[in-house]
Amino acid sequence: MLKQIEGSRAVAEAVAMCRPRVICAYPITPQTHIVEALSAMVKTGELNAEFLNVESEFAAMSVAIGACAAGARAYTATASQGLLFMSEAVYNAAGLGLPIVMTVANRAIGAPINIWNDHSDSMSQRDAGWLQLFAETNQEALDLHIQAFRIAEEMSIPVMVCMDGFLLTHASERVDLPSPDQVDAFLPPYVPRQVLDPDDPVSIGAMVGPEAFTEVRYLAFERMRQALDVIRDVAIGFQAEFGRVSGGLIRPYLTDDAEVVVVALGSVLGTVKDAVDDLRAGGMRVGVLGITAFRPFPADAVREALDGTSRHVVVLERAIAPGTSGGIMTADIRMALASAGLGCRSVQHVSTVVAGLGGRAVTRRSLCAMLTDAADGSLEPLTFLDLDTGLVGRELDRMSATRRSGPSAENMLRDLGITASRIG
Amino acid sequence: MPYQRIKFYQTGSFAVGNRLLEQDQRSVQSRSERSNTLTCGHRACQGCGEALGARYALDAVMRATRGQMIAVNATGCLEVFSTPFPQTSWQIAWLHSLFGNAPAVASGVAAALKAMGRTDIRVVGQGGDGGTVDIGFGCLSGMFERNDDVLYICYDNQGYMNTGVQRSGATPPAARTATTQAVGDRPGNSFGQGKSAPLIAMAHEIPYVATATVADLRDLEYKATRAMDFRGARYLHILVPCPLGWGSDPADTIKVARLATESGLFPVFEAETGDVVSSTPIRHRVPVADYLRIQARYAHLFRPTERTEVIARIQAAADRNIGRFGLLPDHHSAERAVVPVSAPAAGQ
Amino acid sequence: MFQVRFHGRGGQGVVTAAELLAAAAFSEDRHAQAFPSFGSERMGAPVMSFCRIDDQLIRTHEPVTEPDALIIQDPTLLHQADLFAGLGTDGYMLINSTRSFEELGLDEFVKDFRRDRLLVVPASSLALTHLGRPLPGGVMLGGFSALTGVVSLDSVLAAIGEKFTGQVAAGNVAAARAAFEFVRDEREALTDA
Repeated sequence: MLKQIEGSRAVAEAVAMCRPRVICAYPITPQTHIVEALSAMVKTGELNAEFLNVESEFAAMSVAIGACAAGARAYTATASQGLLFMSEAVYNAAGLGLPIVMTVANRAIGAPINIWNDHSDSMSQRDAGWLQLFAETNQEALDLHIQAFRIAEEMSIPVMVCMDGFLLTHASERVDLPSPDQVDAFLPPYVPRQVLDPDDPVSIGAMVGPEAFTEVRYLAFERMRQALDVIRDVAIGFQAEFGRVSGGLIRPYLTDDAEVVVVALGSVLGTVKDAVDDLRAGGMRVGVLGITAFRPFPADAVREALDGTSRHVVVLERAIAPGTSGGIMTADIRMALASAGLGCRSVQHVSTVVAGLGGRAVTRRSLCAMLTDAADGSLEPLTFLDLDTGLVGRELDRMSATRRSGPSAENMLRDLGITASRIG
Repeated sequence: MPYQRIKFYQTGSFAVGNRLLEQDQRSVQSRSERSNTLTCGHRACQGCGEALGARYALDAVMRATRGQMIAVNATGCLEVFSTPFPQTSWQIAWLHSLFGNAPAVASGVAAALKAMGRTDIRVVGQGGDGGTVDIGFGCLSGMFERNDDVLYICYDNQGYMNTGVQRSGATPPAARTATTQAVGDRPGNSFGQGKSAPLIAMAHEIPYVATATVADLRDLEYKATRAMDFRGARYLHILVPCPLGWGSDPADTIKVARLATESGLFPVFEAETGDVVSSTPIRHRVPVADYLRIQARYAHLFRPTERTEVIARIQAAADRNIGRFGLLPDHHSAERAVVPVSAPAAGQ
Repeated sequence: MFQVRFHGRGGQGVVTAAELLAAAAFSEDRHAQAFPSFGSERMGAPVMSFCRIDDQLIRTHEPVTEPDALIIQDPTLLHQADLFAGLGTDGYMLINSTRSFEELGLDEFVKDFRRDRLLVVPASSLALTHLGRPLPGGVMLGGFSALTGVVSLDSVLAAIGEKFTGQVAAGNVAAARAAFEFVRDEREALTDA
């Protein structure tokens, strides 16, 4: 059924249709609307589940761990600082093989504190052993949750559904909500691979020493690789049942004959596609490759998509890896292009463009300018899109002028003059 | 001549042996059908108070729940010595997640069971003092505040023993640990406010809070059983001496625990919805020095010189407990001592 | 694509207004996207919201930097910087005020624009009259409909009826209708003049 609703609301309705038994959450912007909606559904009885208002994100993931281990379908949601606060439990859930589904409403990690969108939170957990799926639209966000429970339970691996905070969570868009019957048909009840059952007791969570730890971790590594096929197959099944393309590993757009290809995650793909259409109209052969499954990283699919005509790959990143050559996903892309001795014959340049940190708008205009540079070979290996070099320069000058230069962030804000209504 | 009935007592205590009791009054451990929840083969130290306490407590809960119990364990000595890969000494459904989240994980298990209509299965969360009083405290308070249907058991050996005897929020004043060493002007742990988890649990007004020690195992069994009469959040705080960390003789574990109670340093009581409803009176009061003297973690209070002022401060804390909980019949206190239900039939 | 930017203060229903406009467009089988300029929850702070309306799928997620229409719910924001940024000379503007553009000190400004597309509507007073509270959001949309014709009045009223109930809905509907008529009359006067 078509509805014009906020992304958070769409996700809440989709999650509710997945019949979670235990929902546990701690509020953090910009995830709040999701858990608020779910709490109301539980309270009215519309959703038959236990809803726990927990005392921290660490508790939220821990409650999900207990619930899932006891055989119940469990769900939680968080963002940014909350994801970090539960990080120990995030790793624990993956290590224990518990198919929890969690929404991460992508938000920047502080300091400085910032409530707006970027991908630093999900990126911080990329090696935790969770599947990470990124939604391009609110439609995909709701669809991915339905797919996530199925993938998680089939693989006994927890799944993080990443959706851009504010840009998707707080945007009202048209979505097609499936019916509960459709979801029931697609998502069978949870049958655990391991469960706490007094009538068939097992110990879960034993200490594993050097004699077996490598093997346990190898198995987790191998299962993540197997998840690539499951993610792809579930998306195919989803399309058959629900009639639309959603989820899966990658989403190429006009890449077949593209010389320049932008690779990106999440909602920015929509803006990039608009930019690509503009540039195509002007004769540039440019395309965009959306990555839907970031973990496990679909290296083979990426290489196949890029190998051919593309000369220059531009990786658009909404997070940085300080102390490296800049990009996080860039490294995965490079590895994919160089992997298995096959190599990628066509790609000559891989550039990183850091954009949209902490909610900085990624505009069609800036993208077009940047891609034009890429096409004529003048794009640097690492670019911070729309960087205010003057602002940075002035702070660097302050810092070199005196030891007690003060907190950098505050200095720069003062320099800017704080204007709450500034666009972008 | 009148026939004098011969009475037998356990050496050093006034507990009556099971042989002299009616069947239904015998301890859980004396029964052949006991669960052996924590069975033999675990790797605990010789004389480990926690292994003893856990076995007694959990077998009692298993009996009370007819075996329908799931346990969630925090990281710590109990978890480590009971599950050395690839073995486990747990004969129950058991989950270990993290150090600081056992109360929250237990809440999750309870929520799942409720959602699945299986409230006949009961949940026990358990951990050491570190995992309960320090790193797990937020989760513990959350579980209490929500009144989740969990019995949480804290095995208090007053320090982070598994990691090498470091100080925790439960470490008593003056005690030596690896991070409060017996050096300098003020050796051992500082005198502080103290953090009484049982009193804090009572402040949450949860249905049942009780303390116990491995010196009175019948009482421990009683309290674990009693706790299962309630639904909602319950807390059981058990003093379990650690020979390694306390520097006491492994053979003295029970004796040390008894001296802790008989000195007044560890009050044994029960509370319901925030009010004390019973306390175990001290039978033979001992000065705290008797308790401190047999633990090497307090050796610096006696050698090279006796630190009388420090010992006096510890004595004052014991005196305060005695008054506060009415542990001696002739002490004036707000709460009168109530004879506990678990009193042995003879020798009263 | 038609892009609208709303300006107001926290608590005035700026976000709701954008969502109502999106709902109105949705009911006409069009694609719509509505989102706020995001910030911490705070009453009285300047806020913006946006609405895009199109016949095809709206893919972009950048802010609206070149609005086709501005809806200004709080005239006290008027002389703050950048309120009008990006509005083209063919753009529409609707200000919630009982005073005219001239009285608001904007007569210099309007010279660059199409005069019949810059209008005021006393939305707060209409709201006070019909609703009992000075909440201009839905009311402004009635005026917007008359000003631009991008959505019909019926769609606006239907959206209001979906979002609100009882007296609140009825009051909003009445006020929105009044705003529509006010703006329609104002336009006619300007066009005739």
